[in-house]
Amino acid sequence: MEKPGRTLLSKIWDQHVIAHIGDDTDLLHVDRHLLHDLGGSRGLLDLKSRKLSVHNPELTFATPDHAISTARGRAGTSKIGQELLAGLRTETSAAGIEMFDIDEPGQGIVHVIGPELGLSLPGCLIVCGDSHTCTHGGLGALAFGIGSSELTHVLATQAIIQRRPKTMRVRFEGRLPFDVAAKDLILALIGHIGAAGGTGYAVEYAGSAMRDLPIEGRLTICNLSIELGAKIGLIAPDEKTYDYLHGRAYAPQGEMWQRAVEAWRQLPSDADAVFDKEVLIDVEKIIPQVTWGISPEHVIGVDGHVPDPQQIADPARRAAVETALDYMGLQPGAPIIGTPVDWVFIGSCTNSRLSDLRAAAEVARGRKVAPGVRAWVVPGSETVKRDAVAEGLDKLFTDAGFEWREPGCSMCLAANGETVSPGQRSVSTSNRNFIGRQGPRARTHLASPATAAATAISGAIADVRMMEH
Amino acid sequence: MAKPFTKLAAIAAPIMRSNIDTDVIIRIDRLVGNSVRGTLGKWAFGALRYLPDGSENPEFILNREPYRQAEILVTGPNFGCGSSREGAVWSLQEMGIRAIIGSGFGDIFFANCFQNGILPIVVDKEIVDGLAVEVEATQGAGRVSVDLREQTITAPSGKRHSFEIDPRRRTGLLEGLDEVSLTLQRDDEIRAFQVSDRVERPWIHFARKSA
Repeated sequence: MEKPGRTLLSKIWDQHVIAHIGDDTDLLHVDRHLLHDLGGSRGLLDLKSRKLSVHNPELTFATPDHAISTARGRAGTSKIGQELLAGLRTETSAAGIEMFDIDEPGQGIVHVIGPELGLSLPGCLIVCGDSHTCTHGGLGALAFGIGSSELTHVLATQAIIQRRPKTMRVRFEGRLPFDVAAKDLILALIGHIGAAGGTGYAVEYAGSAMRDLPIEGRLTICNLSIELGAKIGLIAPDEKTYDYLHGRAYAPQGEMWQRAVEAWRQLPSDADAVFDKEVLIDVEKIIPQVTWGISPEHVIGVDGHVPDPQQIADPARRAAVETALDYMGLQPGAPIIGTPVDWVFIGSCTNSRLSDLRAAAEVARGRKVAPGVRAWVVPGSETVKRDAVAEGLDKLFTDAGFEWREPGCSMCLAANGETVSPGQRSVSTSNRNFIGRQGPRARTHLASPATAAATAISGAIADVRMMEH
Repeated sequence: MAKPFTKLAAIAAPIMRSNIDTDVIIRIDRLVGNSVRGTLGKWAFGALRYLPDGSENPEFILNREPYRQAEILVTGPNFGCGSSREGAVWSLQEMGIRAIIGSGFGDIFFANCFQNGILPIVVDKEIVDGLAVEVEATQGAGRVSVDLREQTITAPSGKRHSFEIDPRRRTGLLEGLDEVSLTLQRDDEIRAFQVSDRVERPWIHFARKSA
């Protein structure tokens, strides 16, 4: 009997198996381990206390992003934030790990700098103590978030124990409508299959809309895999991927580049590959999305209405919607458009790349942020910042009344003290609208950069399609 | 090295809301710093457990007797979704939780539990819902038993349910094994892999910044 075709996931997985150690469980080689300030020094200190050393410092890279201030001059970094930064410097230097420090090109949100530096490559196995590590799958890498104990394990062994996940393929077919972004596609998918729809799966995103999508959009798609429960999301590499990576600082060069590309061309799933689950999404039916509740699955089109618990028969679902509306301070059945906001946050590993800032800038150009709204633009990395400045985007944003910040995670998870005040409402381009995510009792609506910019201008949740740009 | 887990008969607290994420289990600002362990138990479920003025929310189950003594959580779907923060597990551990029974968990949270001697058990939603109903019917007094060796859960009524678990993880919990030491016993295999992989995929191993 002929062997069935293999998936992108299984090709990468099999290439990394050091040893088979149990039911569907393998010891896998880690090609890239990314450390950040929140957990990096803790892991290195943990290793030291066990009298162990870093197995492969040359495959480990670090940068501060979570706990540092994004104010000019990094003013306002908390005492603990400063200690974590100092710890990361000391411990990476002692271990021989390269660190991209603040104000240096290379610093930024780990999931922005990995691709940008060419550290993240197709077919590469990448881990990081952060659940949004799935982002790097946009380049055809097998990338996932790990906990603190696993982080120590990887430092000590350059390997990780993993059970092979089930596979799901999501095909996005059709042409992306105008003003609909990668963010809208992935939010719509989460709304469709739910926040646990991908649990236990590695999700491969495919279809004509993924082929058409530029790499930065693919990174946004894979970034939100974890919000549908899948810790791994990936997209087959293609010519766009190779064009994006060619010439990047840590990407292979010359003859090595040719060899690498040749190997990467073998990675896409075979035509007859079988997935455990298939989902088909018609892209042409998708409009800009915005969340209304406390889970990314609480999402509707911007022209939609907040659900009304009275219309929901299932008692558990009804109670969940009531809890969400109560937390969010929204009226049952109300249109989402026109909901007044206090904050707009453009940034995070989801949407802080140059193309995201350009999309927001197109909408903001020549306009003003509405009175009473604070709007921040936080570039994803020092390089994104410099490129944006070179294009004049910083000036465009500040002229429009946005605050232009230094690169970091900032208000996405508020680990650095940058928070939305209790009871205030924010439209954010980040990835989580969880209770208290952007600060205690903060109310978060997730949306694309264009929708966020349109909202900042309007002072209320807005449909970017109605705004000339 | 985690404390071994064999069996447990304890108070169980049902927290049945779906999609309880790790931000709700522990807020990030409680985890900033390298010496937070040991301080986290009182901050677990902070957003649900405390009112805005910092006082206890009397309606939250873990603020009521006998649930304050709970060592088992019975949880709604997708408990522990979201962030990879292991602090979520540490905070539960520090408030005395040893086992969590639910119909599904966030993948990273699930793995983090095993690293800390906490047993997460996946069973059908009907079984989870039934356990919650039984526990509530006894006002929490009815104990739930978990036996890892036998792979069974016993409800307050005496009704037994079996559960599946990855045999490797089962052994790890039963014996309180340290995964780092176990993997380091395979260091020859890791190094042999790297030797041949350097030939196969040199671009992975010799990543150098181009001039």
